[in-house]
Amino acid sequence: MSIADLNLYQQAILLLAGLIALTSFLMLGQSRLVRLVRVFALQGFLLALATAMAANVLNYPHLYISAGLNLLMKGILIPMLLHRLIRRLGLHRVMDTIEHPARVMMGGATLLIFSYYVSLPVINHSPLFTLNAIAVSLAVVLLGMLLMITRKQAVAHVVGFMSIENGLFFAAVVSTYGMPMIVELGIAFDVLVAAVLFGVFFFQINASIDSLNVDHLSKLSEVDK
Amino acid sequence: MSWLLAFLETLLFIAAAPLLAGWIKRVKCRLQNRKSPSVFQPYRNLLKLYDKQPILPHPASWIFPAAPYIVFASTVLSAAIVPLVAVNLPTAHIADMIVLVGFFALSRTFLVLAGMDIGTAFGGMGASREMTISSLAEPSMLMAVFTLAMTAHTTNLSEAINYVHDTGLVLRPSYVFALGGLMMVTVAETGRVPVDNPATHLELTMIHEAMILEYSGRWLALIEWASQIKLMLYGVLIANIFFPWGIAQDFSPASLGLGIVMIAIKLAILAVILALSEVVLAKMRIFRVQEYLSFAYLLSVLGMLSHIILEAARVYR
Repeated sequence: MSIADLNLYQQAILLLAGLIALTSFLMLGQSRLVRLVRVFALQGFLLALATAMAANVLNYPHLYISAGLNLLMKGILIPMLLHRLIRRLGLHRVMDTIEHPARVMMGGATLLIFSYYVSLPVINHSPLFTLNAIAVSLAVVLLGMLLMITRKQAVAHVVGFMSIENGLFFAAVVSTYGMPMIVELGIAFDVLVAAVLFGVFFFQINASIDSLNVDHLSKLSEVDK
Repeated sequence: MSWLLAFLETLLFIAAAPLLAGWIKRVKCRLQNRKSPSVFQPYRNLLKLYDKQPILPHPASWIFPAAPYIVFASTVLSAAIVPLVAVNLPTAHIADMIVLVGFFALSRTFLVLAGMDIGTAFGGMGASREMTISSLAEPSMLMAVFTLAMTAHTTNLSEAINYVHDTGLVLRPSYVFALGGLMMVTVAETGRVPVDNPATHLELTMIHEAMILEYSGRWLALIEWASQIKLMLYGVLIANIFFPWGIAQDFSPASLGLGIVMIAIKLAILAVILALSEVVLAKMRIFRVQEYLSFAYLLSVLGMLSHIILEAARVYR
């Protein structure tokens, strides 16, 4: 079964899976925080679109609700919240430079290959066409972790964390047609609450060490002074 | 008969290249709210240059006068390989995409040698920049080409275009990535705006112009014409590989006519996209070009990976 045998909607889901992987890579290379949040919002939009497509193809109407919820939370609400935080903390001009961008990108590509290798046995035992995308969703999770490792700014860590959640959600959609509604609602509100709590934490960190660079957290203030 | 057609197609290719350059200039002028020169102005420029006597700089060796002919000949040969109006022509079966990349490398090598041959500071600077950019652009172009070759199971351009044409509209993630990568490479390799500015003679920013600064007369005409053909080559590659609909698959006059009209429309649209991007974007610093090209490489690699991960045939047990 190759891609030419699928219908256009199914091809579109796979295309969106590819684009979601691309947004993860874009986030990895983006050094400005405002743009990072924008790319994250784009990933939320693409994810919602892919979910809505899956709902249409598989005829699972409850997936429309999770698509709408995802669009509202990850596409609009959380990016807006993060955007406002960046503005109020005066971080919109701060560059969070990566030391070796090419190396990080190649590491990301390696993670993509690794997740394909890991998910190959699962894919080979199922007739489900969307399962091709499970490697991509696993890669989105791993790339989110890589984003958290390579960055210094706390805001970038939160974006990485949220994109890990995006990857898990995508994995649920493509492998089991979404989680039960109650679980999904719970996770959505958890993520929203987490975003609000992170905001409070940002202000706490900023007040105590005068910066959101997490490298400064490991220094003892009395020794440095 | 088919050889004659192949010959005519190549002639059409090199005759139409200045027209495409004139069209891009016209669109760009309109977008910048300027009065544009006629679309036939590049022809007049070439004719004027051809009438003038070329001047050989004092320290030049045999490479300097030979380079324009080698550059032009290898560009015309690569134009013969790329299907413009019709596929299945005999010239397209002689060589494949890797040979095409090789022809590009040959013409670039001689241009760079000629730039260094006369020993001016600008020539050497332009040559080193050109080599840096092309050594970074070539891998991503090859990766995009290999992505295509993996889906079509051939590196022959004509057969690959046939394959894409016959499978009809398939939304392949790998083609979207390869298209993006190839477009970025096109901009870098033909010296258009974010990487190099074809209209400038400002010393510190030019790349292509710096190498050919000492050329004059018909040698300059040949080099300018070759670079116009090269721009059109990339345009035709993008148009015919990713949107092959309308290309002539037999040699009847009706389908050949349709092929000419379709490729003209496709190139005109691509030229508008190129002019738009040139108006919107500012030229990059030279040290940011490697970031740009590594992004192009990333796109091409993602294209290949998404072909393997998302599209390839799988057997389930």
